[in-house]
Amino acid sequence: MSVQVNEKHDQMKALGGDVEKSAAQGADVFIQSLQNEGVEMIFGYPGGAVLPIYDALYKNPIPHILARHEQGAIHAAEGYARVSGKTGVVIATSGPGATNLVTGIADAMMDSLPLVVFTGQVASAVIGTDAFQEADIVGITQPITKHNYQVKDVNDLPRIIHEAFHIASTGRPGPVLVDIPKNVSNEIFTLSEVKQTEVDLPGYQPTTSPNFLQIQKVAQAIQKAKKPLILAGAGVLHAKASEDLVKFVEQSKIPITNTLLGLGTIKGDHPQFLGMAGMHGTYAANMAICECDLLINFGARFDDRLTGNLDHFAPNAHIVHIDIDPAEIGKNVPTDIPIVADAKEALQSLLKLGVVTDGFSEWTDHLNKLTEEFPLFYRQSEEGILPQQAIEMIHKHTGGNAIVTTDVGQHQMWAAQYYKFNNPDHWVTSGGLGTMGFGFPAAIGAQLAKPKETVVAITGDGGFQMTLQELSLLQESQIPVKVIILNNQCLGMVRQWQQTFYEERYSESLMPSQPDFVKLAEAYDIEGYKVSTVEEADQVFEKALKSNKPVLIDCRVKQIENVYPMVAPGKGLHEMLGVKE
Amino acid sequence: MKRVITTTVINQSGVLNRVTGLLMKRQFNIESITVGHTEQPGISKMTFVVHVEDQRKLEQLLKQLQKQIDVLKVNDITDKAIVTRELALIKVLSPPAVRSEITSIIEPFRATVIDMSKNVITVQVTGDPEKVEAFIDLVRPYGIKELTRTGATAFVRENQKTPSQQLSIL
Ligand SMILES: Cc1cc2nc3c(=O)[nH]c(=O)nc-3n(C[C@H](O)[C@H](O)[C@H](O)COP(=O)(O)OP(=O)(O)OC[C@H]3O[C@@H](n4cnc5c(N)ncnc54)[C@H](O)[C@@H]3O)c2cc1C
Ligand SMILES: Cc1ncc(C[n+]2csc(CCOP(=O)(O)OP(=O)(O)O)c2C)c(N)n1
Repeated sequence: MSVQVNEKHDQMKALGGDVEKSAAQGADVFIQSLQNEGVEMIFGYPGGAVLPIYDALYKNPIPHILARHEQGAIHAAEGYARVSGKTGVVIATSGPGATNLVTGIADAMMDSLPLVVFTGQVASAVIGTDAFQEADIVGITQPITKHNYQVKDVNDLPRIIHEAFHIASTGRPGPVLVDIPKNVSNEIFTLSEVKQTEVDLPGYQPTTSPNFLQIQKVAQAIQKAKKPLILAGAGVLHAKASEDLVKFVEQSKIPITNTLLGLGTIKGDHPQFLGMAGMHGTYAANMAICECDLLINFGARFDDRLTGNLDHFAPNAHIVHIDIDPAEIGKNVPTDIPIVADAKEALQSLLKLGVVTDGFSEWTDHLNKLTEEFPLFYRQSEEGILPQQAIEMIHKHTGGNAIVTTDVGQHQMWAAQYYKFNNPDHWVTSGGLGTMGFGFPAAIGAQLAKPKETVVAITGDGGFQMTLQELSLLQESQIPVKVIILNNQCLGMVRQWQQTFYEERYSESLMPSQPDFVKLAEAYDIEGYKVSTVEEADQVFEKALKSNKPVLIDCRVKQIENVYPMVAPGKGLHEMLGVKE
Repeated sequence: MKRVITTTVINQSGVLNRVTGLLMKRQFNIESITVGHTEQPGISKMTFVVHVEDQRKLEQLLKQLQKQIDVLKVNDITDKAIVTRELALIKVLSPPAVRSEITSIIEPFRATVIDMSKNVITVQVTGDPEKVEAFIDLVRPYGIKELTRTGATAFVRENQKTPSQQLSIL
């Protein structure tokens, strides 16, 4: 990372002016366009087709994080984007560099994360000839990007880059890919200056203001309802509307639940919060969905992990769906009051209307009783650490204030259930694609975005091994991420399903041989600890989570332990397993 | 149900791929698709005939198409007063013995013979897809050697208020 950015930036401002006009090649224009967009850092990996770009970056640096695998780079950019609300920027070379990004692009598309991904491409003249390291990345990523481009003319670069940032970050956010043939990076720019022109995209005009009549209908529906419920999803976070949401929740006195990705929109211990809903949601939250007569959804896309069997989803409810993407409304769940809008604008109009109620005391008493009677629980064990306990200890030692990233699997669900977030944008997890290998690099990006905060990557022993090469970055760039591996020596979530649905035939889900994670940490020159008892864990967590250095903890947890409660696939939310001891 | 959908698109490279890719990803069955320039430079129009299961699927299709950045306008014109045209080229086996019989079928359809050899005639027929279908059914018994259809392209009629009157002009 470099500190000379500003000085260089000023130099570059002149670029394209009379003095340096002759020198401006595509690659220089590229760098200046990124600077015009206010890009703080790039996550990337060099290669042949992007050599001109890396050369321009050398002369005119923007801080660059050299991941050890392109997948690591893009997940880091996703983590950065999720906690900062800014657009993550990724560069990779053509062919294998570009295809290594595919998983991350699909992940960002599913979870609506704003990324602009630049790939090098072979020279225009040989595109289509199976040239060395040619891959049709525009074709490959067409269904997994919000939009993508191939640059044909160097003079189009500033416009395309500006459009890419605009598309990625507005409306429903998402990844945009820009493919740049090598010759375009070398060509001389002939326009008078590199500037952000007005975006002119007649086919892209996201609606952000709600229809006021529809908002009034919501207010009326609340007045009529006896058992209303709010569901808040990630859209509220994208809209930066958590504060408005909480105001609305408190003003209307309506109970609230979250999707997995909506966690953090309201404090985990807020008295009106029922916990997460869905496949591994709380009993109270799922029963609230089953019994409510009005369901107000702010920015959740009614994913199947949330809804369970759609035939049994909120059978008695009037559905209000507020989403910035009209295609989400009515996609899975028929909607009575559709509102296409930014969640913040919708909440603010509702707040302006002032929806005051008498508090639905019968309904909330009922739900509180369910919470009391059917809380999340685990069976205490004498030996060893239970994974749920480990999460509770992490919560205790960070006071609920850490940025927590996870990988995918059991540990992810336990983190969602037991880490009670105090703040929005502190929860980074792969929801829609469920990408193993996401958690650790995402923590790196999150930490770079928020250098002062404690960032904990909670991962499984399986998923961590998919992207652990990024350990190199921790020491190199002084990134104090705390990696806590909940090591159950198996692919826990797969093992759980095999136990539950395949009569304990543990086909390829137990991983008896593993690296020594502590030695591995040491090999990368960071502190490593192994903990096997609750006392050890408590001590090490306390110290590690207050440290300003990167730490890796191999936390041995009980192997055969299941995530409960659970809605089996294909079942309705009312058919939960494991709700009580 | 069968729907006729038109989209106006910016003529960027890859736009056809984008639209058909989207239909494939969302599992819609395309019966036919036509693409061509419009009166505005840089703007093309696509007409699809698709099969959709129900109203909800149809709504999804329209919304997903509309979401594409290069798509300017999407219309389901099935229930409007529209003119639909398709062109088919058909090589029909027609030995001299049956040739005049075939010619007598061609006439009422205002089809034209555009090529002829000893035993085969090539016929061009234009009209709405049902008419083209009917014509093909009639000549099929004689033996179709080769057939190609363009797929439907369609326009909404200028006057929507009196569709029944308009229809009589058909
Ligand atoms: C192992 C595993 C288990 C899981 N179990 C569960 C579970 O039990 N419960 C659960 O809920 N999920 C679960 N998930 C996650 C699930 O797959 C989905 O990712 C999640 O439900 C999606 O949450 P969401 O709709 O809030 O977020 P997203 O999928 O990110 O959707 C956000 C929505 O907000 C809209 N939006 C974006 N910006 C705005 C804006 N400014 N204003 C308004 N709207 C906006 C978008 O258009 C979109 O519709 C699980 C995932 C895994 C991997
Ligand atoms: C890239 C990828 N491959 C496979 C899966 C399927 N899968 C989901 S959870 C899981 C097990 C994860 O094991 P681990 O990382 O050890 O976490 P645990 O469930 O034990 O907490 C697997 C294999 C996936 N989600 N992602």
